[in-house]
Amino acid sequence: MKPTPNRPLPLLQRPAAMKLIAPLVCGIFFLVAWQALCVAWKIPVFLVPKPSDILATLWTDGPSLLHALGVTLRITFLAFATAVVVGVLAAFLFVQSKVIEASLFPYAILLQVTPVVAIAPLIIIWCKNPTVALVICATLVALFPIISNTVLGLRSVNPGLLNLFRLNGATRWQTLVRLRIPSALPYFFGGLRISSGLALIGAVVAEFVAGTGGTGAGLAYEILQAGFQLNIPRLFAALVLISLTGILLFVCMAWLSRRSLGHWHESEMA
Amino acid sequence: MLMKTRPPEADPSPVESGTPVSGGLVPDADTVLFANKVEKTYDNGTHALDELSLRIQKGDFVSLLGPSGCGKSTLLKMFAGLESPSHGHLRWQGADAPAKSGLRTAMVFQEATLMPWADIETNVRLPLDLAHVSRAEAQQRVARALEQVGLARFAKSYPRELSGGMQMRVSIARALATEPDVLLMDEPFGALDEFTRHKLDADLRALWAQGGPRGALTVVFVTHSIYEAVFLSSRVVMMAARPGRLVCDMAIPEPDRGESFRVSNAFSDYCRDLSLRLHAASGGEGEGAHF
Repeated sequence: MKPTPNRPLPLLQRPAAMKLIAPLVCGIFFLVAWQALCVAWKIPVFLVPKPSDILATLWTDGPSLLHALGVTLRITFLAFATAVVVGVLAAFLFVQSKVIEASLFPYAILLQVTPVVAIAPLIIIWCKNPTVALVICATLVALFPIISNTVLGLRSVNPGLLNLFRLNGATRWQTLVRLRIPSALPYFFGGLRISSGLALIGAVVAEFVAGTGGTGAGLAYEILQAGFQLNIPRLFAALVLISLTGILLFVCMAWLSRRSLGHWHESEMA
Repeated sequence: MLMKTRPPEADPSPVESGTPVSGGLVPDADTVLFANKVEKTYDNGTHALDELSLRIQKGDFVSLLGPSGCGKSTLLKMFAGLESPSHGHLRWQGADAPAKSGLRTAMVFQEATLMPWADIETNVRLPLDLAHVSRAEAQQRVARALEQVGLARFAKSYPRELSGGMQMRVSIARALATEPDVLLMDEPFGALDEFTRHKLDADLRALWAQGGPRGALTVVFVTHSIYEAVFLSSRVVMMAARPGRLVCDMAIPEPDRGESFRVSNAFSDYCRDLSLRLHAASGGEGEGAHF
């Protein structure tokens, strides 16, 4: 069933169209069912709002919610950037020697397994600047995938190529720049995808813990407030915004990965 | 070149005359690679090589032929400087390290070992970039090497766009770009299909006959195919396993290596002769007697 120029496939059977249309149809079906059930069973809006209620709230409360989103995004980006820089530097440090890795890696794991909710109050108490406190919390959440993936990548070098570099008298630096870093890129981008989502989650969780404590009201703060006031449509609207942001971040990372690896790596080839 | 000729019909003697297999082997002015009573035992106890002596002269095309485990790859890696012997010593044009000898060696591995993220040109230029050869000269040498292996049109392609045989050609071009005196090849065509292999064998033989820009090219070629060894080499050094040792050192003086050589009587005589010697050396045991 190969597409031929004479007889093109029906629109729905084309892979690109299917990737877009299938989930859209599925989503619309779900929303319609939700709306219908809410109407049929007369579910009160403070329990489960109809999709139309959420949409209306998104429209009316849009400006204030977008402002809150901006605050959360700022924390997310700062944390993500910090995680990438710190994570990559840590990875380079770890692959320099087995001793360094053996002494530090357990602590990287410790960071990963400690729930940020548990240490966020401490960090918030210790840091005077609330933004810095939130960025630190979100960074802690986003850091580990970058470190572990980059370390894995820097070690996953074709041994034949390593021999070739050795035979040609390559210096440590040449081997790093021309061999280890390019070999590590696919793994690094895998780490980026995971971390970008985690940075957002970290930012939201940290805002939750910080609560109304004087921070510049982010989306998590809006969700808390809406919850207290039983303004459930606004709560859902904020949730929708967070989810959309997460998806957008993922798409950006996927695009970046495709751009950088598309010409050679199996994972990004059509 | 090789003066020693030997009719393939003659009785197989255990050791080829002229170059004794052990002891009394002395390097001379034309010796590029020399192994003196070299032994190799790996940490896990594997006895890969046992007191092996070998002299490789400038311009030789030597095949190291033998079954798996005979230490032929180990010997090649020693000549490349990737491994060192447990006992005995090696000499590169009289020097005790390849770097001190002024001898340029290049190695071609069993796999093409290309960088998948770099185009063909960049892959071939790698050794020159690592050695800080000027960009202009490097480009010239890369173009020449790609021309030699017939891949000039593919300079901007990526390795995955090329077939296995073409990738191997790139690997050979990368070695040629360094303008080597000695080309060390570790079963380079082992993973290719028979037809591609025949073509690459013929092309390699032609490249060797042409010589490099620095004079006669010496090739040390590891293979487990008797046919490939006979077709390619001016000298076949056959080895046996457990422990790795020399069985015979046979000159193949035929000058003409066209496809007609493959179907000639002389070719089959050489092959039969080598098979008999290998059989005799393994004590009449069949392949796989140890399993």
